Amino acid sequence: MSTSTEESTAKPVSRGGYWSQSLRVVYIVLAIWLFASLGCGILFRELLDSLLPSVGGAPFGFWMAQQGSIISFLALLLLYRFLMNRLDKQYGFDERDRS
Amino acid sequence: MNQDIWNFIFIGGSFALYIWIAIKSRAATTKEYYVASGGVSPFANGMATAADWMSAATFISMAGIIAASGYDASRFLMGWTGGFVLLTTLIVPYLRKFNKFTVTDFLGDRFYSNVARAVGVICAIFICMTYIMGQMRGVGIVFSRLFEIEIWLGVIIGASIVFFYAGLGGMKGITYTQVAQYCVMVFAYTIPAIFISMLLTGNVIPQLGLIGDFTKGDADPVPLLSKLNTLNTELGFAQYTDGSLGKMDMFCITAALMCGTAGLPHVIVRFFTVKSVKAVRASACWTLLFIAVVYLTAPAIGAFARTNLISEVHNRSYAEAPDWFKNWEDRGLIAWVDKNGDGVMQHSAGAAFAGKPVYTAERVEDAPRAVTNELSDNTNEVFYDRDILVMANPEMAGLPMWVIALVMAGCVAAALSTAAGLLLVLSTSISHDLMKKIVSPNMSDATEVKCARGASFCFLVIAAYFGINPPAEFVAKTVAFAFGLAASSFFPTILMGIFSKRINREGAILGMVAGVGLTLGYIVYFQFIAQHKEYFFGISPEGIGFFGMLLNFAVANAVSAVTPAPPQEIVDMVENIRNPSDAGSATH
Repeated sequence: MSTSTEESTAKPVSRGGYWSQSLRVVYIVLAIWLFASLGCGILFRELLDSLLPSVGGAPFGFWMAQQGSIISFLALLLLYRFLMNRLDKQYGFDERDRS
Repeated sequence: MNQDIWNFIFIGGSFALYIWIAIKSRAATTKEYYVASGGVSPFANGMATAADWMSAATFISMAGIIAASGYDASRFLMGWTGGFVLLTTLIVPYLRKFNKFTVTDFLGDRFYSNVARAVGVICAIFICMTYIMGQMRGVGIVFSRLFEIEIWLGVIIGASIVFFYAGLGGMKGITYTQVAQYCVMVFAYTIPAIFISMLLTGNVIPQLGLIGDFTKGDADPVPLLSKLNTLNTELGFAQYTDGSLGKMDMFCITAALMCGTAGLPHVIVRFFTVKSVKAVRASACWTLLFIAVVYLTAPAIGAFARTNLISEVHNRSYAEAPDWFKNWEDRGLIAWVDKNGDGVMQHSAGAAFAGKPVYTAERVEDAPRAVTNELSDNTNEVFYDRDILVMANPEMAGLPMWVIALVMAGCVAAALSTAAGLLLVLSTSISHDLMKKIVSPNMSDATEVKCARGASFCFLVIAAYFGINPPAEFVAKTVAFAFGLAASSFFPTILMGIFSKRINREGAILGMVAGVGLTLGYIVYFQFIAQHKEYFFGISPEGIGFFGMLLNFAVANAVSAVTPAPPQEIVDMVENIRNPSDAGSATH
């Protein structure tokens, strides 16, 4: 798309800015990912089982390992999609879906 | 109407549908064959990826493993879904922008070397072959149960169907059959779960039934999981919600499964079929949503199946044993040995006897099939193959016959869809990566497609052979090794190729060789050579892929630091794939 190339040359610093901003999005998403899965589901499971209230009939850590983490992953992907699309728009990389 | 007619309608009907789709979307050009012309909608690709992704192991074995090992099985639940976060944030948007046909193309171009390409081809073939064997086995098991034929015949029927639509239709044929297969799978998985959830917990939504109360019978309602913990403890098992794997091992296996997921070539190439980087992000969300529907149901099915199994079998006499018990006994997947001679089946922790049941030739009416295995000295008298828990679940709960037929159709859909995706990667790695890019670059488009079809036929024959004579015990276990290999080869190397401009040819190649070498060596050593299970630092072979990956990172960085930096055009290429705009449609 020619328009986006023009826009990105119009902002000389934008390339580097875009990359560091998208890296920040990736770091945020992956930090939460790590905490919700390997953290809550495995490393701190016993702690969560005993400290936090049960989710229905399931101990909290166990629930995180079997269901909670999967729900968080889904939420994280939606967050990633939202943040990256917003970033693309800011830097003029946004593409209209061609039919 | 009896069960056989229902089975025939469901399996026959779904096969007719797949073949009809395949004929409608037969591929003629390489672009259609490899990436379905790059115009699949994010929603349809999400469904297709979910079907591609959920294998016979997921569909048939996972709930059984959860039922048998409770919390420990969370490694599969988290590992096989968490990998999609890595895949989406680190790999696929950039590879889609890179805009080629295969994953190995990226390795060959980014590391400017046909050696890297060849290492990629070998890894891809290795990963996909390990994986596809399990699928073929799965098809065989289902067919043998359904039509009372031998497993080998079932494998051959499955292989023929896959060849028909994947070999001929390529990615275009696969994509739309996978959409249909996802629909079959999701109904087949959730409908029995809904029925059973209502029976056991009174909750219509099985995902909530897991955390609900057990309300069957006259007793006061107790949380289902507490009930299971009590049952487990009484029979000498570890608590259902605690498990028995070491924390370190659990961590490594889960991490290896996650990184492996993000490096599986047959999943990555599915995202090459959508039209832009933005569509990749949307498609990834759909994919995980479709997968989550099944993965959130699986722990519920596992818990329900275990409750049912214990209450229906433990402390019952053989005469009172339910019909499904005898059905599966006929198939050789359940066995009972009366160790204490009281005529009652006792189930407890430990294996009832060594290995899989080996039956004596005669089958006496109304008596258990006798086995010749050496008995173990614990009190457990019941052997069951964990793979039957999903397939026998509807029978255990006494569900209508059409539900049982639907589950069988779902099992077949799960195995076929994954086998088709794998077959595509296998055939393209020969026709495109090996023949076109390395051996004869002047090959015409039409010859390349022919070559891909020929390769897929050869690979199917090999896969069918191993499906009939499986080298490893469990469908799921074989698959777990494929993940270790993907985690130690593709994932770290692709990741460094995108996120570092400094990693060069030498680093990438030696990194892959070191990572795969460690992983493969460790697995082979503990599976085939060592007669003991004293793993180093308690890391089982399933988790070693995590260390293979770390070693790959370390070697690649160290070697790159002391060898010349990649040329300027490679640095420009990396710059270019980081920019999401104008991904265009795939080219050679």
